[in-house]
Amino acid sequence: MNAPDLKLVVDNTPATTAAGVSRFHESARAQVAGAATYIDDIPEVRGTLHAAPVCSPVAHGVLRGIDASAALAVPGVHAFIGPDDIPGDQMLAAFAHDEPVFAQGTVQFLGQVGGLIVADDVMTARRAARLVKWDIEALEPVLTPQQAHAKQSYVLPPVHVTRGDAAAALQKAPHTLAGAFEVGGQEHFYLEGQIAYVLPLEQQQWWVWSSTQHPGEVQHWVSHALGLSNHAVTVECRRMGGGFGGKETQAGHLAVWAAIAANKLRRPVKLRLDRDDDFMVTGKRHPFAYSYRVGFDDRGRLCGLELDMLANCGFSADLSGPVADRAIFHADNAYFLEDVAIHSYRCKTNTQSHTAYRGFGGPQGVIVIERIMGDIARHLGIDALDVRLANLYGITERNVTHYQMTVEDNILEPLMTQLALTSGYRERAEQIAQWNASSPVIKRGISLTPVKFGISFTATLFNQAGALVHVYTDGSVQVNHGGTEMGQGLNTKVAAIVADELGVPFERVLSTASDTSKVPNASATAASSGTDLNGRAAQFAARQVRQNLAAFVAGLDGVGAGAVRFENGQVITEKTTRSWESVVGAAYANRIQLWSDGFYRTPKIHYDKVTMLGRPFYYFAYGAAVTEVAIDTLTGESRVLAVDILHDVGRSINPAIDIGQIEGGFVQGMGWLTTEQLVWNGKGYLQTHAPSTYKIPATGDIPAHFKVDLWPEPNREDNVHGSKAVGEPPFMLAISVFEALRDAVAQAGGRPEAMNAPATAEEVLNSLA
Amino acid sequence: MRADGGSGILAIRLSICCATPPGAMLSRMNAKKPGQTLRFLRRGEAVTVHDVAPDRTLLDLLREDLHLSATKEGCGEGDCGACTVVLGEAVDGRLTYKAINSCIRLAHSVDGMAVYTAEDIASPSGELHPAQEAMVRCHGSQCGFCTPGFVMSLFGLYQNTGGGQGITREQAQADLSGNLCRCTGYRPILDAAQQMGALPLPAGCTVDEAATVAALRELKKKKPAADTPYLRPTSLSDLLQARAAHPQAQVVAGTTDVGLWVTKMHKRFPQILDVTAARELQRVETYPHHIAIGAAVTLTDAFAALVKERPHLQTFSQRFAGLPVRNSGTLGGNVANGSPIGDSMPLLIALGASVVLMRWKKTKAGGEIAHRELRLEDLYTGYRTNVMRPDELLCWIKVPRPTGHALEKVYKISKRFDDDISAVCLAIQMTVKAGVVQQVSIGAGGVAATPARARQTEAALLGQAWNEDTVMAATAALRAEFQPISDMRASAAYRQTVQGNLLRRFWLESQGQQAINLESLKTLEALS
Repeated sequence: MNAPDLKLVVDNTPATTAAGVSRFHESARAQVAGAATYIDDIPEVRGTLHAAPVCSPVAHGVLRGIDASAALAVPGVHAFIGPDDIPGDQMLAAFAHDEPVFAQGTVQFLGQVGGLIVADDVMTARRAARLVKWDIEALEPVLTPQQAHAKQSYVLPPVHVTRGDAAAALQKAPHTLAGAFEVGGQEHFYLEGQIAYVLPLEQQQWWVWSSTQHPGEVQHWVSHALGLSNHAVTVECRRMGGGFGGKETQAGHLAVWAAIAANKLRRPVKLRLDRDDDFMVTGKRHPFAYSYRVGFDDRGRLCGLELDMLANCGFSADLSGPVADRAIFHADNAYFLEDVAIHSYRCKTNTQSHTAYRGFGGPQGVIVIERIMGDIARHLGIDALDVRLANLYGITERNVTHYQMTVEDNILEPLMTQLALTSGYRERAEQIAQWNASSPVIKRGISLTPVKFGISFTATLFNQAGALVHVYTDGSVQVNHGGTEMGQGLNTKVAAIVADELGVPFERVLSTASDTSKVPNASATAASSGTDLNGRAAQFAARQVRQNLAAFVAGLDGVGAGAVRFENGQVITEKTTRSWESVVGAAYANRIQLWSDGFYRTPKIHYDKVTMLGRPFYYFAYGAAVTEVAIDTLTGESRVLAVDILHDVGRSINPAIDIGQIEGGFVQGMGWLTTEQLVWNGKGYLQTHAPSTYKIPATGDIPAHFKVDLWPEPNREDNVHGSKAVGEPPFMLAISVFEALRDAVAQAGGRPEAMNAPATAEEVLNSLA
Repeated sequence: MRADGGSGILAIRLSICCATPPGAMLSRMNAKKPGQTLRFLRRGEAVTVHDVAPDRTLLDLLREDLHLSATKEGCGEGDCGACTVVLGEAVDGRLTYKAINSCIRLAHSVDGMAVYTAEDIASPSGELHPAQEAMVRCHGSQCGFCTPGFVMSLFGLYQNTGGGQGITREQAQADLSGNLCRCTGYRPILDAAQQMGALPLPAGCTVDEAATVAALRELKKKKPAADTPYLRPTSLSDLLQARAAHPQAQVVAGTTDVGLWVTKMHKRFPQILDVTAARELQRVETYPHHIAIGAAVTLTDAFAALVKERPHLQTFSQRFAGLPVRNSGTLGGNVANGSPIGDSMPLLIALGASVVLMRWKKTKAGGEIAHRELRLEDLYTGYRTNVMRPDELLCWIKVPRPTGHALEKVYKISKRFDDDISAVCLAIQMTVKAGVVQQVSIGAGGVAATPARARQTEAALLGQAWNEDTVMAATAALRAEFQPISDMRASAAYRQTVQGNLLRRFWLESQGQQAINLESLKTLEALS
């Protein structure tokens, strides 16, 4: 165990820079004292009512009517809110415009919201909501992507990406393998459930508190549903109690529903979902089903690949298009696919509409090629690491992706080689094989898998950001940007960037709530891009203020503006050293602008949405993990014993936060592939709808050896402070857990090629039979 | 912590959505009974809240009635720990601390206790408690929503370890097993648990134990009226008389299951009878041939008593549930509830436990306690039904003491190692003499409508030579004896296969095979 001898990480380093230091999370002190405010903690405005969703008890059917009379008879109940109460469009303002605000005509999944019950208190609303009667003529639900694919029932048209001639390459290949498998979805399980609190203001203006990764979209959706212009709606979010993609589009639904209720009743309305309802109503990570044929040579190097990917999208498109696209973009992971044909189907099923989740289709792309690597190695009887190394992208050749992007910053070979050395991968693999030979019941397995993850929104237009930096006359600084804080430490990093730019101590900079009236049209805080985009925008805003002050001071001292330095709370020229505060005060008195905006757009990126060719990513983030596991061949239970990670965050803006993202992402990925199983029964009812039945990793699941190292090289592209994005890439390091489990199954004489994810005890035992 | 699965919720939800005539529900919902006053200690001061409904949860009392928003609701079923608070009670003149889930704990049950939340433990001048400071310094808080709950579990651990001393990684993992975090991956939180003891305790953060105990004594003097919506008798005879007088009252102990009937099934309880204050039932009594565990003894304390005599139950006791659930729930409640997937019953059946049911019998002189005793497996008649009379309460669980001759093992299979409900639970006690099975009792969970004794399997073993052939025959008998169902935890086929495999494991272990379970790998770390 590496951790116990770790000393407390103290962040009071008297550094000259704020960035690069492990600053504590800007809200940590408030969070540990219970003083950090989440939306349900905001003191309620007089007259606030509480809403509960009315959820469909049937997965698919013709909706003949909803009878709320029994609910309305309950004392304390104010209203049933349904389609008739929507002043604007009956459809949500989602990309595909295919989702009704409330179920109408057809019920599309079990849990679909048909309306709300609004009452004096939340429990009254919830109890009454269950008294509402649905009149539904049941239809046969489509519950699996295979069923949908057979019917050609899709939420969006299929996408095909090909290079070379995969069929011909397969024909010529010395070896071929074919396979099929399934990977389950994943519930976000943000600890703070979905919530929105809507206040009517004067003159048809609205204030919305939303736990959202995308305040701008909530603003857009609410104004669309209310039939108003965007400027009439302000959305604020100080922080979320976790997001992970689950509060990208899904938060919008709640805000729209609460706003419709507030509009009808002319009262503030809060809608906080009970955890079970949250599971039943909101979308999850897309489950995927795959089939493939792969050809390879004697070293295991790929010759050709044909891959079909069926994404279970649920009943509507939501973000399924870009999620399935990213799965295509990451089906190569670290490897050069010369002759390849990928067919991606966006299957429509009668389940929750699956949505963004950390990795956004990337994990579903990476896992399939990593699985293929493992199967090739076993087929050839060589170590899987050697197969992986043989297939890596080259530096000057074999370096163009199947979507025609040249991989310019490839560090995979040295990174994987170093990790293999420091983790003792090869020696341990040998020891494990020996150990297994004399262990009758317990078998171990080990795997090293890499990740290469493309950074940028694949929709190029989203790669823009704005920020405001305000310097007040006392020298204190406020920064506001279009990103949102969900625990990932964005505000801490941005404050450090601003502090550095102005040369003031970290503590002088305060980050404030995301607010659509401050920075407009912001993209979702997603795609790992929060710091890249908003950090740069804030840096530019601060730079503008600094330049104003530098010009002012240069004038006072008769030096060039470039000769003015801002360091340690001081403003220094060759002639004078002044305190930051005195310069700010003097500048104000001389009518110098002490605040500014900043704007950033990511350079170099472009791609054709139709052909899916181009450079969708500014750069790649890399990493690799070695995981050792053990399985119990009598029960199928497993344990993760040891994990070594080497991950690339460029030059870290905050190492503690980055390591936190890596460890947290890894453990979340481990949950996806082991214990987190979503089970829908034959009627489309999600049986695992609470933590009693849906098991995310707990304290006891953490490996006894869990070591994370950072790759020491800065980003080769010009990114803020030389850093790289870190939110999503580490999630895919957990694929090493799955591959190690399959290695253990193989060493136990089982059928690793039969194992689906998640590798529950039952799944492992089945693959041993 | 749901003692039973989500399938029950499904049935109830759908029937309400589609079928239940509204009137039946409404009349109960409208029946507004006046609430009653409760008092507890917060930061050394008595807090009095009037007119609190008997089925109000502690979390709702804190957040909605007292506007104390530090404590969060994550799941409303005691499975995530975001709502963790610490209860302080005076026991033999000393203050004991228990982290519990406030979301499924009834508010009135903390009457007369000290309640600590995350907003209570920093010093008045704002210096953080070491449990908080360590979380900051170890970067143990990301989104922060689970954080107050973790902080309170850490606070309980701190207070119970003399200031966070000597906390091992294993203890930290065990004590935090009822708190879920989705951001950090736990490593920094486990570090905080181990390092908080090294931080100075600010003067303003010290709990004045003597003053608190004295204040609690004062608080206890104010007794509620005899016939109130929330009945909490302090003696066994009062409890049994209250049961006889109020057969309609919902009986509760730690409410780790009944709490969910309130929060998830939306049941209302106009009157509640809480057994946990009856002082006779708060004890574990030791006799020459058995120990007797009172119905008010928490799972934490009950398992401590069992582990004391049977150290091999240590892991099982920790896996039973997260600590906040074990600190609130009682063994008596688990047994009386009779869930087919409750984990204590297979074990207790295998150990030959019995239960003592008591009631108040009227006599000419007024009345007396009547009791009867039956073997645990004879308590149940079907899915969550039992032989108890309406005026009876399950008061004691008697567990035979180990003889030293028998081999005892209990196996639990679940998706997640900690804080999960069994897919299969199998407990075996067997005595082999001269190579022949002389005695055997097998308890099985997760395979039938009730916790069950595997009598046919026992018959296949009893009197047989303890060898491979017998194990094969017994395995076949065990797989044939029960017809488990398929649900979200496991398929019927898996349950059947694994039951037999667990019997096989028992055989291998009886033959001295070591290192054939995953727990044994802890001692094999040298390899990695």
